[in-house]
Amino acid sequence: MNSIASILALSVDAQTVPAVLFYLFAGISAASALGVVLSRNIVRTAVCLLFTLVGVAGLYFLLESEFLAAVQLVVYVGGTLILIVFGVMLTSKSPFSRFEPKAGEVVVAIAACIILFAALVMAIRSADFRPQTLDTTQKYPVVALGQALLGDYLVPFELASVVLLVVMIGAAYLAKSRKRDDKRAVARGAATLSQKARQWS
Amino acid sequence: MSILNALTPHPVLAAAADWQKTFFEIVSGRPPLVWEQVTASVALIAMVFVPSVLLLAMFSIWWERKVCAHMQSRPGPNRVGPIGLLQSLADGIKLILKEDLTPAAADRVLFRLAPYLSFAPVFAAFLALPFGPNLTFEPKLNAGVFWILAVLSVEVMGVILAGWSSNNKWAIYGAMREACQMVSYEIPLGLSIIIGVMAAGTLNLVELGHLQGGGIHTWIVFKNPFVFCAFFVYFIASLASNKRAPFDLPESESELVAGFHTEYSGMRFAFFFFAEYAAMFIVGSIQTALFLGGWNDPFGIIGHYYSQWIGDPAAHRNSLIVLNLIAIAIFITKALGIVFVQMWIRWTLPRPRIDQVLYVCVKVLIPAACVLLLGAALWELLVPSWHQAGLIDNPLPWFHYNPRSWSDWARGGATTSLVVQVILALIGVSIVSAIALWVGYAFITRRTVKQRLTDPDPIPEPA
Repeated sequence: MNSIASILALSVDAQTVPAVLFYLFAGISAASALGVVLSRNIVRTAVCLLFTLVGVAGLYFLLESEFLAAVQLVVYVGGTLILIVFGVMLTSKSPFSRFEPKAGEVVVAIAACIILFAALVMAIRSADFRPQTLDTTQKYPVVALGQALLGDYLVPFELASVVLLVVMIGAAYLAKSRKRDDKRAVARGAATLSQKARQWS
Repeated sequence: MSILNALTPHPVLAAAADWQKTFFEIVSGRPPLVWEQVTASVALIAMVFVPSVLLLAMFSIWWERKVCAHMQSRPGPNRVGPIGLLQSLADGIKLILKEDLTPAAADRVLFRLAPYLSFAPVFAAFLALPFGPNLTFEPKLNAGVFWILAVLSVEVMGVILAGWSSNNKWAIYGAMREACQMVSYEIPLGLSIIIGVMAAGTLNLVELGHLQGGGIHTWIVFKNPFVFCAFFVYFIASLASNKRAPFDLPESESELVAGFHTEYSGMRFAFFFFAEYAAMFIVGSIQTALFLGGWNDPFGIIGHYYSQWIGDPAAHRNSLIVLNLIAIAIFITKALGIVFVQMWIRWTLPRPRIDQVLYVCVKVLIPAACVLLLGAALWELLVPSWHQAGLIDNPLPWFHYNPRSWSDWARGGATTSLVVQVILALIGVSIVSAIALWVGYAFITRRTVKQRLTDPDPIPEPA
């Protein structure tokens, strides 16, 4: 029993656990990111994206910023991904709609990828990867985040919310104007839905 | 009153690190080594975690069937085991033995993945639940409430994928309803949680538990009138986000066959049920931890003794272990009480249409939650509480004073908040006891099955 404990103590120390977890989460993110690029089925792409986001959330967890991990999941998985799948369900005609990119689109995409990759490589080469000492005096990073959002960065924060409000009003207006057109059509003598239903029954 | 006055808090403030000690540190008296932590976590997950979640889900399924049966005047499952307790186990064995079908036109990969995707996140949510002062898997999770919300949104993704990949009209209808219901009900859910968090001042579920350790009037639901209303908004929104009746539109069996899981059979079908019942417990335990005092009893006895013993954990090792066990029992009882109310409502109310469901969310709950948020913010600004009395750095304010002594609150300038808290607590207690009396009266005066069978005229003619 003691020898097993000593072997475990030697093989599992304070460095290996985060390292193993890092490679696990990074591997999940990278593999499923490949899936996002290579899959032709939109919903499968969304599922691969889900695993990418979960892997990145795990990396945030390893960096002890669990608030960021939670926000990542709430915003992207709970909001964006659900909306993607919802949009596909509402709009697609075939049961499993597929991407069929044209040759020109592939060329543009490859060019954009090369530029982005070069920029990323340059950024990574110039980054400073020496271990940083974490600011452990900050017991509640969430408090600091809230104070920054509603203090120093209040104007950009509010501007972003105004932009979102404009988008919402615009969407509501577009939805409403179509209804008004329907009313005009009714005024011109077109049958309403209820009249049609009565005719059919 | 003399017992309560005897419970004055310990004058020496223990360091915050002591308050967050894990159960392992209490038992062994030292922080765990890395390998101990890893093996202990793996063993916990394999031997305690997975079986207890499964047991909880199986118990809830049996319980739901019992509640439903008694509400409809029938005995319910009563053949397998004592009072039918093993019925879920028998059903589980049956479901494992069933054929695992995949429809020919389905998206095979996603169809097989979806049940796991909705079941696995439930375990991740248990990571942050505060079962006791030292009984949390990750006590330093500073955003525990949001972590659970985030994880539950992954579960929704599994349900939507199940409906989509089945390639079945009813399943897709169910998935679409789930998507729009979830996206809209997340807003009142999040807003009502924010109202509670604002009154408490922390997102850490363990700290939330410690904060409410000073007796029933320090529970966050009674902190101010706006939190009291947000409690009910949270409950309604949590029903909807959990697709529980009356908001079970995604699987409304009277119109959509079985909704998103129409095409599922065998164990994959059972996974959706496990996920649903475990999520019910999680939602109920967020409500317990955030509003209903977590692991604390109404008299603040646990909070008092914990504050006394944690200063010297080595001397009070056994007492602390017993205290943690009592705390976990209280926590689970409260959470299961909320699960019971969810079941009660399911078998009482009829199901609305999907447009009515969305009307309730967009035109009633969201405006109500916004007004409550504004009111709660103004309350925090205008009514002095112990938070405003210069104690914001200390996450455990009642530790500085006797929560049951008027003069301590008056010295802190927080008399208004004490009066409001006591009044709200009295209202809450009287609501609960009125319901309990009503149900008890109905239980005592009920007609048993035997009476009905021997009745000469079982259905009396209307006069």
